[in-house]
Amino acid sequence: MIVELGHYTLVLALGLALVQSVVPIIGARIGHFGLMRLANQTSIMMALLISFSFGALTWAYVNSDFSVVNVWQNSHSLQPYLYKYSSVWGNHEGSLLLWVLFLAIFASLVSVFGKNLPPELKANVLSVQAWILVAFLLFILITSNPFERLANPPLEGNDLNPILQDVGLAIHPPLLYFGYVGLSVTFAFATAALISGRLDAAWARWVRPWTLIAWVFLTAGIAMGSYWAYYELGWGGWWFWDPVENASFMPWLAATALLHSALVMEKREALKIWTVLLAIVAFSMSLLGTFLVRSGVLTSVHAFATDPERGVFILAILVLFIGGSLALFALRAGVLKSGGLFAPISREGALVFNNLFLTSALATVLVGTLYPLLLEAVNGSKISVGAPFFNLTFGPLMMPLLLAVPFGPLLAWKRGDLLAALSRLYLAAGAALLAVIITLAFTTDAPVLAALVIGLAFWVMVGAFAEISVRTDIRKNGIAKAFARAFGLPGSLWGTAFAHFGLGVTLLGIVSVSVFETEVIQEMKIGDKATISGYQLTLKNISPRKASNYNEDIINFEVLAPGGEKFVMQPAKRIYTTRRMPTTESAINTSGFSQLYVSLGEISENNSLTVRMWWKPQVTLIWLGSLFMIFGGLLSLADRRLRVGAPKRAARASKVESEVTING
Amino acid sequence: MVKLQILSRYVVIALSALMIATFLNPTRSLAVNPNEVLSDAALEQRARNLSSKLRCLVCQNQSIDDSDASLAKDLRILLRKRLVAGDSDEQVIDYIVSRYGEFVLLQPRFGMHTLVLWSLPVVLILTGFLVLLFKLKNRSRTDARTLSDEENARITELLGKGD
Repeated sequence: MIVELGHYTLVLALGLALVQSVVPIIGARIGHFGLMRLANQTSIMMALLISFSFGALTWAYVNSDFSVVNVWQNSHSLQPYLYKYSSVWGNHEGSLLLWVLFLAIFASLVSVFGKNLPPELKANVLSVQAWILVAFLLFILITSNPFERLANPPLEGNDLNPILQDVGLAIHPPLLYFGYVGLSVTFAFATAALISGRLDAAWARWVRPWTLIAWVFLTAGIAMGSYWAYYELGWGGWWFWDPVENASFMPWLAATALLHSALVMEKREALKIWTVLLAIVAFSMSLLGTFLVRSGVLTSVHAFATDPERGVFILAILVLFIGGSLALFALRAGVLKSGGLFAPISREGALVFNNLFLTSALATVLVGTLYPLLLEAVNGSKISVGAPFFNLTFGPLMMPLLLAVPFGPLLAWKRGDLLAALSRLYLAAGAALLAVIITLAFTTDAPVLAALVIGLAFWVMVGAFAEISVRTDIRKNGIAKAFARAFGLPGSLWGTAFAHFGLGVTLLGIVSVSVFETEVIQEMKIGDKATISGYQLTLKNISPRKASNYNEDIINFEVLAPGGEKFVMQPAKRIYTTRRMPTTESAINTSGFSQLYVSLGEISENNSLTVRMWWKPQVTLIWLGSLFMIFGGLLSLADRRLRVGAPKRAARASKVESEVTING
Repeated sequence: MVKLQILSRYVVIALSALMIATFLNPTRSLAVNPNEVLSDAALEQRARNLSSKLRCLVCQNQSIDDSDASLAKDLRILLRKRLVAGDSDEQVIDYIVSRYGEFVLLQPRFGMHTLVLWSLPVVLILTGFLVLLFKLKNRSRTDARTLSDEENARITELLGKGD
């Protein structure tokens, strides 16, 4: 019954979405406030209905109701509770329901927090969001219904794919989806602006926090996914340029570019048209990512053709929204007027530089991901575009950008002084130089370029705080006053500093692990010893263990660290009972920022086990850096909230300001 | 001045070549089994570099370097045999492509069919800079310092008020 109610509420939500996609926008057109306000109620009601629907599916999973096809296919009665919950989104239908749930939540958030929005803008925004909701609700109800029943329910379910039975999966998709869907708000704002033809600084002030929220969640989701792949897949890589990874990375690149261009728009009223285009592109990348992952087109063009219903449906959604919004953009972009002139060397110039490189990188990843598909569709020839291609193109594209990062915040708006900015970066330059010299002096086999990139990482890290150091000026003000000043600085300034710092930290981790990583592969029997980077591993014994839905052999290693302390590492080989699927669980020991990683290979004929060991120096910096970026985003968000609380006043203020500039 | 420009251009080219070299040459983790490893360290290093650029055909987007699949293992051994026989890197790649098709290369070859793919990043950056340059030039010609008639009228009106 609950399952049927879940299905029913989903249909009801579709009905409301249809109403909301038409009525408020008509209200905005004819200036009828009642019609416009209707969106407030419908959007909140929709969020409640879809929450109920999602709850119903969760209920079916937690209670192992195998009469529901979806539950039967993806869950097992003996699964630990956490995985019963995460199984809900560990499959196609459930993950789409989660997608739609987040979409509805974002729409209701706009209606709750958007009290101060101009009513026409708000009505248009909520209508556009309802369009997206209609499309995805239809998609779920027609092609991917998670509530379908089985006539003769089996006693036991098929279990969740063992690789997905992990805490990582419990967290990774919701974070990523929240980010994906968060960009729909920005998209709706952009489309609404194009429809109404009105776009001012207040608009940018509204869009930036939403982009920031989406960006924070995307960053967290991608970092989480990367760490999950690192420890779960067992071959020690942290980024594979896999199409599915690229699908999440592209919206991130677009959102990062958008954050920076929205800044220019908000502060200087320039780059309006470009910002709107980026907002459209960012959400288009989210849609494309969903399409790529969900349609099966990635595994093969043929897989797409054998089960075309879903694929064609999502393709239609893609064409409709991306094509439609771009067409709207082409028609209406001319209406938007750009103001705010600036010299090439200026804060705006730096942000344009940022956007040029980020969007080029985005296009490179996009084309690289889709090229094999396109080429096969055009002339049938099959090629691969993999990690070496992306490293070769994306890497060099990022270098000039990273070099420019510390300059950006130090340049003045309108007209900046590059030399003055450089003179404030003497500390960063010193740190970078020192890092290069130390790397070259203390390592024997590091390529010169690796040392240079390490220098670049320090340049970015130290340079990130240059603006704060300039603003507080310890030498002039003394420590106490400088501290007081530092606390008085706006949160967004600290946010920028931390986010840029995190970028440098991540870069340092990447270079460090790709250049200085060591690896030992050895066949080992009980009692054998192996040595890697000063650590001595002894294979002690193998102990079998039975868990609720798998059996495993734990391989016990006694490890003697270079410092003399001893610890145990326990990689394991598992067999999941339902799917008879073997997996290997790696063991990781962290010391400082570095990690010792032990993974298991095959058992050979002479009964010895292939053991792979890696010493991964500073590898955790990769994810630590993203934590700094997230922290920076949150700081900046905290700052924005204060201003967004009074956008009306802000809007009026900017109006007065513009009048003043005209009058003056 | 011209010499300095040429010099700086060379520096940029050298730096980017270096950059590309490191990105080409990361020390990669391997799914190699101990019994596959060649005794000649230099040859083994070449084998690893090559195998990180070859696709495991039965896996999803994994190089034969990373994969546990038996086909990947066969390819790793095949590649090492060719290296021991004295083939150059290109000869090994050519041989494997002749047997498995270009699909096996994770880094597609530069050619007419991949022209768009390879040239895109450079073309985009250059076009971007050119467009910006053009816009800046255009902008300085139609300088905003001249006021429109409307604005002039408003100024006289405001100034008139001040009297």
